[in-house]
Amino acid sequence: MAVLAPSSSSYHIQSISSAIFGSKLQSGEIQQTRLRLFTNSNYPGLTIKASAESLGLTQKMKSNKLERVVETEDGSELFEDMKHRFLSFKKNKYLENLEHYQNLAKGQSPKFLVIGCADSRVCPSTILGFQPGEAFMVRNIANLVPPFESGPSETNAALEFSVNTLEVKNILVVGHSCCGGIRALMSMNDEVDKSSFIQSWVVNGKDARSWTKAAASKLSFDQQCKHCEKESVNRSLLNLLTYPWIEEKVKKGIVSVHGGYYDFVDCTFEKWTLDYKEDNLKEKHGRISVKNQLRWS
Amino acid sequence: MASQLAIHRLNKFLREKEELDAVAAAKIDKLIAELQRPGNHHFDPVQRIIDGFMDFKIHKFDKCPYLFDQLALGQWPKFLVFGCSDSRVSPSIILNFKPGEAFMVRNIASLVPAFDQLRYSGTGAIIEYAVTHLHVENILVIGHSSCGGIKRLMEHPEDGSVPFDFIDDWVNIAVEAKNKVKAQGKGNDACAREAVNVSLENLLTYPYVRKASSERKLAVRGGYYDFVNGVFELWEKHDSHISPPMIIPSHPINST
Repeated sequence: MAVLAPSSSSYHIQSISSAIFGSKLQSGEIQQTRLRLFTNSNYPGLTIKASAESLGLTQKMKSNKLERVVETEDGSELFEDMKHRFLSFKKNKYLENLEHYQNLAKGQSPKFLVIGCADSRVCPSTILGFQPGEAFMVRNIANLVPPFESGPSETNAALEFSVNTLEVKNILVVGHSCCGGIRALMSMNDEVDKSSFIQSWVVNGKDARSWTKAAASKLSFDQQCKHCEKESVNRSLLNLLTYPWIEEKVKKGIVSVHGGYYDFVDCTFEKWTLDYKEDNLKEKHGRISVKNQLRWS
Repeated sequence: MASQLAIHRLNKFLREKEELDAVAAAKIDKLIAELQRPGNHHFDPVQRIIDGFMDFKIHKFDKCPYLFDQLALGQWPKFLVFGCSDSRVSPSIILNFKPGEAFMVRNIASLVPAFDQLRYSGTGAIIEYAVTHLHVENILVIGHSSCGGIKRLMEHPEDGSVPFDFIDDWVNIAVEAKNKVKAQGKGNDACAREAVNVSLENLLTYPYVRKASSERKLAVRGGYYDFVNGVFELWEKHDSHISPPMIIPSHPINST
């Protein structure tokens, strides 16, 4: 989510996405990507890359590249564009694979429940290539999972449906860099301002904030936020286990729970799997035990 | 269940390579059948995530350094989109939203509860952030065919099943839609469309949405994706009425 919030006096990036990907596509810069069959042999190795860049939030304002948006589009133009996108999807994907879509129309049996952030830059369908039928998806602010005792909410309705009805085998919670929701969590006072929905929601991550402030107090605020982004994923994994029907399935090995972190500054993805041992949770006082930790760049 | 991606690509390969001899085509056909056989293929979720991310990194991220450099600084999406969590209806796929274009919520049946500071802060936080911080210009709520959440709304408690802890509480947000379509003798898909309208009404109970809409800085629209027939409907919510839907495509497109 945005750290730099646009204001009426700030410069906006001219609709870069639509200029590059839309009807004004210039063939030199971007090409329509087609999926290719991948096997592991295509990757020379999954290397560990130390990020040499800072979050770069203040150092990269290239003013010569930012242009003021002049809003000339009216709503009908925008929706003509949407019409073309849908027709393009229908022609190039739906009709190309009609049998598959007809099967999907009868029912879905996704292997994943994915919980991601609403941030426009981190759609799991895009960054992890989930195709129709593969992943039941929840997107909310800061990809938070509230604990069972917090009562009914939009997120746990989706948990209930995906785990108990669709019987997904994997739950993946994906955090990301420069998350505005986590930043809001780290910036707020201990007392929640009840008139703010944002505060009322992100307070679900308060344990991650407490841990971060205790463990990373000597770091800069930006670095603390980065730590909190990852810690809140772990807290959400623990919160998943507060749902009895989830814990039971994890204990029996029917469901696996994974955490992920997408850094879009240097394009890396970290992934880890919850190593569930009931005793571990008690001994470590709520600290998570993980296995199969990987980082791809 | 086998790799959807592999099956999709193998099928595409078979269609495109007309010059394949009968032996090769038969082998590929057999491979597809084996991949599709339930329980006959070991699914590795971690490998699936690796493949997906590397595909994105190589073919999208690394090819668009300028775009992703700018997005690393911030986001300025024009849309707030509400979509269903259903694995078949990702708005990024059906409407081709690229990174940076759409702030996106996915929940059961893409519902928007009415403004209530004591409940549903998750949805409230998203609307608050998108409208007052990101200043999105469009909100789009997308319903769809064969929605499990809508089905549950329409059938429970008449089906006599035990209540769910959370699902029933959530889908009852659209109970007005259920009552309306049942009175008209219509079914689940009609309810899904009507539930979008309930959500559009509920959006206007958020003070900042109402204000931005009345100042013509924000358009509120509904959509309905019929994945049985491959059709998308789009309409706009105005103060006093709803526009007639635009049907996409307006005429059938022949299958290839």
